[in-house]
Amino acid sequence: MEYEVIIGLEVHAELSTKTKIYCGCTNEYGSDPNTHCCPVCTGMPGALPVLNEKVVEYAVRAGLAMDCDITRESKQDRKNYFYPDTPRAYQISQFDLPLCVGGKVDVNVEGENKTIGITRIHIEDDAGKLVHDAYTGGTLVDLNRAGVPLIEIVSEPDMRSAADAVAYVEKLKGILEYIGVSDCKMQEGSLRADVNLSLRPVGQKEFGTRTETKNLNSFRSIARSIEFEIERQKAVLEAGGVVYQETRRWDDEKGEGFSMRTKENANDYRYFPEPDLLPINLSEEYIENIKKSLPELPESRKARYMSELNLPEYDAGIIISSKALSDFFEEAGKVCGNYKAVSNWIMSDIIRASREYEFEYDNMPYTAEQFGHLIQLIDSGKISGSIAKTVFEEMIKTGNEPEKIVEEKGLAQVSDEGAIKEVVDRVVAANPQSIIDYKAGKDRALGFLVGQCMKEMKGKGNPQILNKLILEILNK
Amino acid sequence: MEIRREDIEHIADLSMLNLSEEEIETYTKNMQEIVEFANQINELDTENTLVSAFASDAYNVFRKDEVRESLSRDLLLKNAPSSNGEAYALPSME
Ligand SMILES: [Zn+2]
Repeated sequence: MEYEVIIGLEVHAELSTKTKIYCGCTNEYGSDPNTHCCPVCTGMPGALPVLNEKVVEYAVRAGLAMDCDITRESKQDRKNYFYPDTPRAYQISQFDLPLCVGGKVDVNVEGENKTIGITRIHIEDDAGKLVHDAYTGGTLVDLNRAGVPLIEIVSEPDMRSAADAVAYVEKLKGILEYIGVSDCKMQEGSLRADVNLSLRPVGQKEFGTRTETKNLNSFRSIARSIEFEIERQKAVLEAGGVVYQETRRWDDEKGEGFSMRTKENANDYRYFPEPDLLPINLSEEYIENIKKSLPELPESRKARYMSELNLPEYDAGIIISSKALSDFFEEAGKVCGNYKAVSNWIMSDIIRASREYEFEYDNMPYTAEQFGHLIQLIDSGKISGSIAKTVFEEMIKTGNEPEKIVEEKGLAQVSDEGAIKEVVDRVVAANPQSIIDYKAGKDRALGFLVGQCMKEMKGKGNPQILNKLILEILNK
Repeated sequence: MEIRREDIEHIADLSMLNLSEEEIETYTKNMQEIVEFANQINELDTENTLVSAFASDAYNVFRKDEVRESLSRDLLLKNAPSSNGEAYALPSME
């Protein structure tokens, strides 16, 4: 039987506020365990939470950027569950009145445009971290992350494949980075997704029973866990079995999903209005001000790159996929005035170098300004395109200004006709066969001679002049 | 509303508590009394009362996003029944 795949996502993004959601502890990643904790975020008796105003602002920013309606009268609710990562024995979340409802984002999947509905966005606090203690075999609790502000973005069941889901999360990541509410570092867990997935026979209206695979923190694990779960449910259904509604985990190393103990499936959260926190009432003016402060979003940048700067859609799409890369493109382009060249370098050398030297776009070893200068050196004829690659490698290794590298390494292009002619005469004299080959119609001979001259000049000869001088001799 | 022993078992399960037979019996009785006590509120006439989640009219009580000093870890872990000096130590949760 043919099945249709139905996927909905719950994406959790940690907000990049300075402090936690309900206390003044710093919201900084990667410090010693239990050093960012106070009575509030560790659930000491009598400690009272006070909501961080930036959390509301960031959630509303995200909602507006994703076309949501903003709830004017909202509140927070208590979600009860007993687990050592949550010292209060409840999470503060939002139940029936989330801050944002009814939005959408547009994604492009393999050339096809799709709209993915956003059901809601709500604020909540993150839990602490449990770490296995190899020494004692026990479990250690680090509460630095407890109380870190999160938004949970819940989608409609609008996705039909792993590719849809990946494109959607990439889109959310882009938007959240652009509006500056989350750094979305997936390897640090600041963006994670839960995947709800079910199958139904093609043509059937009702949804099948869905499973939820929790806590996926890379695009790769999102895609692989979806492929796995599709095949698993298909096999169950085809064998005449029943898919159970359950929570599942994904083991990235083994490449397989597994069901969690049924005990943890008891979703008996007993929500009720959080008595320690007062309601949130947002005025039209407040919402309007945030709307006005939103920066240009990735889609709009992409359209501008295509229409004003003549970039191909594919290239524009790659550049806007990261805010840092897009900012770099704009700044370097402004410095040198040659956006097309910057784009070409991004598509080839910069993307390659970021993989080879393992740097992130928000932390490149050279600045956009320095890179703009490199393009200027090429455009003014000071260095050739091939020498520029050497200079670029040097910039990565040293972080030095390209002008300084060219000077120190003596890489400036030689455009002096007399100096080039000397080399050309020498090379041609040493390769008489090439002249015979060229006259016999072998164009390759020209390329060979140019290559030999370049080699002799260590790549610094001006290629146009070089070509011209060799042709003059050959065509004599 | 009648509290059954299954209700107590369910709540104990959610709270990860292992209760003895005796305790289940005691708590079923206690919980029945608590619910009956709370049920007194149902006697109030709420015909003309607005539905509301809060007793106060206040709203938008926010905090500025400014860092304040956290507790020292030594002090924090003083309340831990068991720790390794850096983290709360528990039996294995795996
Ligand atoms: Zn705190």
